[in-house]
Amino acid sequence: MDLDALLRCVGMTSCVVTQLTSGMIIGMLLFLIASGVTLIFGVLNVINFAHGSLYMIGAYAAWTFYQLTGSYFVSALGAAVAVGVLGVLFERVLMSKVYGSNVLMQLLVCYAVVLISDDLIKIIWGPVPLSMGMPPEFRLPPVRFMGGVIPPFYIFMILAAMAIGLLLWLVIGRTRFGSIVRAAAINGPMVSALGIRVNLYYAAVFGIGSALAGAAGALAAPVRSLTPGMGFSILIESFIVTVIGGMGSIVGAFAASIIIGLTRSFGSIGFPLFVDGVMFLIMALVLIFKPSGLFGRAHR
Amino acid sequence: MTSTESRRASRRQVLKGAGALAAAGLVGAPAISRAQTGAIKIGVPTILSGRVAILGQSSVGALKMSFDKLNAEGGINGRKIEMVVRDSKGAPQEAAKVTRDLINNDGCQIIIDAEASSAAFAVQEVIREVGVLCIHTNSETSSLTADPKLYVPTAFRTARQGIHDAIGGGDYAAKVAKAKGLKKWATCSPDYAYGRSNTGEFMEYAKYFDGNITVVEETWPKLFQPDYTEVVTKLLNAKADAMYSALWGGDLVAFIDQANLYALFEKQASFMVNLGDYGVVDQVKQFPQGVYSGGRYNRTVPPTPENEAWYQEYVKTQKSKPTNWSWENAVGAQFLIEALKKTNGDTNGKKLAEAIKGATIKTPFGDRGSITMRAEDNTTINYIIGYGLSLSKEPYISDFKMSPWEPILELEKQWKKKQGYAT
Repeated sequence: MDLDALLRCVGMTSCVVTQLTSGMIIGMLLFLIASGVTLIFGVLNVINFAHGSLYMIGAYAAWTFYQLTGSYFVSALGAAVAVGVLGVLFERVLMSKVYGSNVLMQLLVCYAVVLISDDLIKIIWGPVPLSMGMPPEFRLPPVRFMGGVIPPFYIFMILAAMAIGLLLWLVIGRTRFGSIVRAAAINGPMVSALGIRVNLYYAAVFGIGSALAGAAGALAAPVRSLTPGMGFSILIESFIVTVIGGMGSIVGAFAASIIIGLTRSFGSIGFPLFVDGVMFLIMALVLIFKPSGLFGRAHR
Repeated sequence: MTSTESRRASRRQVLKGAGALAAAGLVGAPAISRAQTGAIKIGVPTILSGRVAILGQSSVGALKMSFDKLNAEGGINGRKIEMVVRDSKGAPQEAAKVTRDLINNDGCQIIIDAEASSAAFAVQEVIREVGVLCIHTNSETSSLTADPKLYVPTAFRTARQGIHDAIGGGDYAAKVAKAKGLKKWATCSPDYAYGRSNTGEFMEYAKYFDGNITVVEETWPKLFQPDYTEVVTKLLNAKADAMYSALWGGDLVAFIDQANLYALFEKQASFMVNLGDYGVVDQVKQFPQGVYSGGRYNRTVPPTPENEAWYQEYVKTQKSKPTNWSWENAVGAQFLIEALKKTNGDTNGKKLAEAIKGATIKTPFGDRGSITMRAEDNTTINYIIGYGLSLSKEPYISDFKMSPWEPILELEKQWKKKQGYAT
């Protein structure tokens, strides 16, 4: 524990700005992944343990599109769409078969997908880590704000994640599509009885959740080395976020992502050897005092 | 011959159930006592997947090159060498299990432990039980061979040793620090045995050679950590004059990519002992300028025809460039081959250990054309140690200063006494 260092940091504007943005960067990437997990759970009532693999595939897809097109923006968009389509296939071919099954069956299906996708990545792209490198448009000196240092790419990353989150919130909360999805989440058979093909909506939701993971992978690709299995560690953190925020709550995922991001950012200064411990401690406290999560509702 | 089996196989073995595991746990002599005829089977636990898979691939590449050459020449008294390579993913428990499997199930008579330090200590304990010959080719953590409590008579190390690099590197860093006024230092190294000991030893000797050096910040990212943002910002806030890092492989590439975003390398001098590896240099897209790297493997160090010939052969046969782990494994293979020749192919652990102990081999990787396996602690000395300025293109390193071995060995003696490893 180095609480003196933490207090010194809090007393310096430059340190606060740098660490705040650092926390937001960590948090926003987690938010994109966790929002997909929570969206799928909220509507379909399944926990997609293979979500980390979709993030990994998104990163590799972005790398490939970038090699082909040389445009990072096209690559990121292409990766999100490709993973979204893959997610729909995943849902139709596999996950739809285990709706209503016990969690162990769902876990088994997802775990199989994780193993298969890791091996396919090795076969297609090889086991050696790949590096996309920073796209030329972002190879700029870091921005200085109130003495703090903020890389331009991270500003883009934060804004992109927030824009996607806002769009998701609007689609789910303010559109006819969202109304049907929310209704299907509460009572699918009733929505189906009204003549709406609920299965299509389920597939669409799974596709959107997957596209979010793909987008997160694409945003991470320029700054993280790409390797088979890279989705596993971030999946754990995204589950922590989902549990803290409340399963099924996108607003909760947003708030919890920022909490975890700031915990890691400031924790690395104040309690560097116990950052993970604090993250799990927060999760444990939430589970004890509000088991449904900060913004979650008691599940049906 | 090489058979490679990675994750899927090991999982299948897990599913074989408790009976098979119990059988695998029954270590001892059964497989070893199989006839001293037929192929000599060498088990190689290593890392073949994940962000540092380059370690396993370049290790296996060098071993394969050495053993293929021997096999083409007729092997040991007509007996061919057969490698059985397994992926442990760098996990200690998996490495121990894989090593037991290699010996008990696959009938390997010798182990070449091409693990990183994260798993080498677990392999060492298996070797203590089974008594086969083991050569640790990649673990640089000093205590593996320096600590008498960990000593195993049939286990050797051909990897460079952290304390040697620390003394040589500390001397070099102190000279640069004095010349440039680098007093406040920060560190950024992986949080496991190698990272902790390597960094502690480097800074200890940097301070020994320059009393003005102080460490103002330490950061310990986890091994294979995907995101270094909080580490980079912590280093920025430390406002140090210089930084030392023992990150390696894909971890180092990811760290550099992320640190570049904050222009970290423009704000401080950086010493990265593992930056010089071809595999790392080739992967970094925006190579930082003015960074010092320790000697890893380089075709121009030493600038001898033998070294260039080895490099060319490696590139030709393995279709990739060698790494630091490649030369360490090539040396391991050479010690083993020489020992097998002395024992006429007898793979008995004790006999092979006697043949290797104190032996000297001629090699392009020695500072004077040879490397010796020091008898007192089963570790190699006289390999090339030094530092230079890293470059993004050939020759990848400039102004390389080779560290002389005499002061290293003298200071190592004192260090061992201080650690309680020697009297």
